[in-house]
Amino acid sequence: MLKISNLHKSYPIGDSSLHVLKGIDFEVNNGEMVAIMGSSGSGKSTLLNIIGILDEYDSGEYTLDGVAIKDLSEKKAAVYRNKFLGFIFQSFNLINYKNALENVALPLYYQGLKRKDRQEKAKFHLEKVGLLDWAHHLPSELSGGQKQRVAIARALAANPKLLMADEPTGALDTTTSYEIMEFLQQLNDEGKTILIVTHEEDIAAMCKRVIRLRDGVIMEDKIVEQVRAATAHV
Amino acid sequence: MFDLDLWREIFQSMNKNRTRSILAGFTVAFAILLFTILFGIANGLNNTFKEAFVDDAINSIFIRSGTTSKASKGMQAGRRIRFENKDYAYVKEEFGDGIEYMTARIYLNVAASFRNETNNYSVRAVHPDHKYLENTIMKEGRYINQNDLKNKTKVAVIGRLVEEDLYLTTKAYGKYINLNGIQYKIVGVFTDDGGDNEERLIYIPVTTSQLLYGNNDYIDQINLTYQPDMNFNEAIDFGNSIEKNLKERFLVDKSDQRAIRVQNMAEANKNVTQFQTVMAIIIFIIGLGTLIAGIVGISNIMIFIVKERTKEIGIRKALGASPRAIVSIILLEAIIITTITGYLGLVIGVGVLEWATPVLEENFITNPGIKTSLVISATITLIAAGTLAGYLPAKKASKIKPIVALRND
Repeated sequence: MLKISNLHKSYPIGDSSLHVLKGIDFEVNNGEMVAIMGSSGSGKSTLLNIIGILDEYDSGEYTLDGVAIKDLSEKKAAVYRNKFLGFIFQSFNLINYKNALENVALPLYYQGLKRKDRQEKAKFHLEKVGLLDWAHHLPSELSGGQKQRVAIARALAANPKLLMADEPTGALDTTTSYEIMEFLQQLNDEGKTILIVTHEEDIAAMCKRVIRLRDGVIMEDKIVEQVRAATAHV
Repeated sequence: MFDLDLWREIFQSMNKNRTRSILAGFTVAFAILLFTILFGIANGLNNTFKEAFVDDAINSIFIRSGTTSKASKGMQAGRRIRFENKDYAYVKEEFGDGIEYMTARIYLNVAASFRNETNNYSVRAVHPDHKYLENTIMKEGRYINQNDLKNKTKVAVIGRLVEEDLYLTTKAYGKYINLNGIQYKIVGVFTDDGGDNEERLIYIPVTTSQLLYGNNDYIDQINLTYQPDMNFNEAIDFGNSIEKNLKERFLVDKSDQRAIRVQNMAEANKNVTQFQTVMAIIIFIIGLGTLIAGIVGISNIMIFIVKERTKEIGIRKALGASPRAIVSIILLEAIIITTITGYLGLVIGVGVLEWATPVLEENFITNPGIKTSLVISATITLIAAGTLAGYLPAKKASKIKPIVALRND
């Protein structure tokens, strides 16, 4: 599904450069739920951005669903992002002047779907996250948990191969965080491949595999006993 | 090509970000409004000057005679100079190449009557060319023609107000008018932009007048227009040489200002034209200045809009928007706003001008207005500027990495 080998990335800082990723190797198979952990500066966000085709890498290899992701034009990158990836952000990143339904329908718009089909699909996914009654509310009228659920519905709408979440619970309280994680686990149970970047141990423990990064290299990559969010006590 | 969804996206964005849209629109509307009003007033001022000359052909030369004020060639001062037909023929012969139209004029005052209505009018006995010199506009019938001159026919062309005075509600054309006891057939009725006095005139053939009133060859005045391809200096020289020749012909001292008077419109026109050139430059600067102010305004706002939307652009890119989709959504919004508000500014500006016209006309600003084509090109310029001003930052925004845009909190 996703294969990364010997991935390097550095950022220029003035005359010198900062070597952020120093040879990353790992593979993710279909249906996995992987947590990427690491302190700030470990390179985990950079890795996520590269996987999400939001950023480019310097050397190494990255294939996503059998497609080599390298030196893509902006247009191609946009198509792949739309087709392969669903993003969930810490700060939700909903468009504030669009209501929940319109936000969910947006990736479908960029897929070129007809308005009627978009509405239908968006409604279906909103119902899936339990917010159909809130379809016509603006993000400012929703709670943090609701916003994140709208964002998840939006990430799912385009039916991506890979769901990527960057600190999805970072802006939420523990109860809401667990609700979100419970939902993500449910999606994973249905077969969705999910990648979560987090620095919270309890969130990482709710995944099936944990990759720990430190100073641009993988320190540890292990399968863990998944803690079910539904049974976790606050 | 027409993408309904794209337009829906744009109208939603405009509608939901009203402050932004109104601000951008206000700048454009205000620039066009100012442009229209300033330009209109400047045009009105220009019209005032033009109107002073609209009555008569602007390339006219009037030649009048008087009495000598200086002794010359053994003759005393105080000699009366009178032009005759042979002098008219002489001028025509001598200066024909430079003359466009030419006419003699004899002034008469008559009591004119039709049935029970009687009134006093000025009569001008003229040649057919007089029509062009005076910019006479025929309302009905014809003007004096060559046939009238040759046959000394008793025909008259009367002004619109003469018809109104004497014929009341009936038509004068084809009827007779009694001028000092002689019946003339009315062959034409005219109007004139020169005002009421010009429309209370009666024209008759110069030969008829000479025959019926004195049986002589005298004419009071020779009017002509010089060829319009002459420039002002050539025209002034032309007038001067006519004056010089006539003075020699009548044995008048060169420096005598009264005996032969040549009034050349070219001299006045030269000044007016210079004034109009200066006005045109001022108008141009005003117009350009207003437009530049508008362009700078809309550019600033576009840059601000793109900056404000950076995060939204990042989200859209993360969701799969192509750079082209980003550019088109921002640009089309800019174009729609500038088009609608530019038109609004145009309508308001023209409306204000209309509304203020009575007040302005009291203050020497005649018919303030602006050519529709001009104000539309100004609007298009502004739209183009807004588009360009929006394109550059939009293009830049479409290129920024989504991750950078998303970090922009």
